[in-house]
Amino acid sequence: MNRRELARALSNPESIVAAERPSEPWCVLGVTGAPGVGKSCLVDHIVQQWLNTGERVAILAVDPSSPISGGALLGDRMRMSSVDEGDDVFFRSIATRNLPGGVPSHLNRMVDLLIEKGWTKVIIETVGAGQSEIRVVAVADRILLVEGPARGDVIQAEKAGILELADIIAVNKCDLDGAERVADEIRLSLNFSAEDSAPVVLCSAETGEGVQNLVDTIENVALARGPEIAKARERLLAAHQELILSHPNFTDALKGLCDGRYTTKEALQLLK
Amino acid sequence: MPTPLRIVIAKPGLDGHDRGAKVVARALRDAGHEVIYTGLRRTPEQIVRIAMDEDAQVLGLSSLSGAHGFLFPKVCELLREAGLDDVIVFGGGIIPERDRPALYEAGISAIFGPGTTSNEMIEFLENLEV
Repeated sequence: MNRRELARALSNPESIVAAERPSEPWCVLGVTGAPGVGKSCLVDHIVQQWLNTGERVAILAVDPSSPISGGALLGDRMRMSSVDEGDDVFFRSIATRNLPGGVPSHLNRMVDLLIEKGWTKVIIETVGAGQSEIRVVAVADRILLVEGPARGDVIQAEKAGILELADIIAVNKCDLDGAERVADEIRLSLNFSAEDSAPVVLCSAETGEGVQNLVDTIENVALARGPEIAKARERLLAAHQELILSHPNFTDALKGLCDGRYTTKEALQLLK
Repeated sequence: MPTPLRIVIAKPGLDGHDRGAKVVARALRDAGHEVIYTGLRRTPEQIVRIAMDEDAQVLGLSSLSGAHGFLFPKVCELLREAGLDDVIVFGGGIIPERDRPALYEAGISAIFGPGTTSNEMIEFLENLEV
């Protein structure tokens, strides 16, 4: 399968036939965080570091489709010029569309295909703003949450529920004032919830400071901690959602709910 | 909703003006398409590579620097070499009338200059057979 055939295959995730990827060694990094914290710039650095150590890196950047027009503006790659050259890096922008089965199951198949075709690391990047994004990153083996200074407070991240899922937390823009304080706040917040909490790393995608440390931390972070259960939960829910959405009675149940033929309970019965 | 087209909007060469490209990207998104913006200062090689990886059906090139006469045909040539001759290419920016025949000859399907409405562009895309 050449590069173009791979790109084509990724356009039709439903028809991807690939073996389920092995769980070891780990290969999928999920990167999430609020808009503007510097995810793309940081990913650019991580990609370069990995390329330097001989990895073949694929990036899947997920952005939402407009619920009104169905269109999407996918601009993640504009901040990552390093991904536009070289045979060992592949970048694909993905709009969430209104996919039957939801995005996570599609992503899972895309990742399986990439791994089967010889890519050794896959990065899934998404804006971490809600439950659906959490499900997107739950596909990953390791989850990196990117935060930054001057964003108000970390309560936002806690609200989204992503803080407890994160394996590593990067406080980007450490060249700016306030980064250290944000890191402290996050550490404090994590200490309330877990005994063995996720490492919080300061770095700057702008200057490159701390990036090597971040990459090392991603590689060496202890796994099978508490969040594994949370991740498994998200994966299970995503799989269940796919089951419901692809159920032959789904459209009927939906219509019946709209015109009052069914109660929610009855509609749910139809989907069993 | 029909399946959206995947459209790459690219800025080849050293031209730093991308207001127009961004307006076009936005208009095409609002028309229901998936638009990938490359960012500034990409080489023709990079642009072809992006069109391939993103599995784009349409590629829009924007240039306001006067280098379109070299860059646009170069992109078309590299697309053909890469086996992407089915990708529809259109151009925009400051492209004088007298330069256009050569660009059409090179493989550019349409050129939209200042004053073009977004509807004209959207209509062009809707009439494509991709």
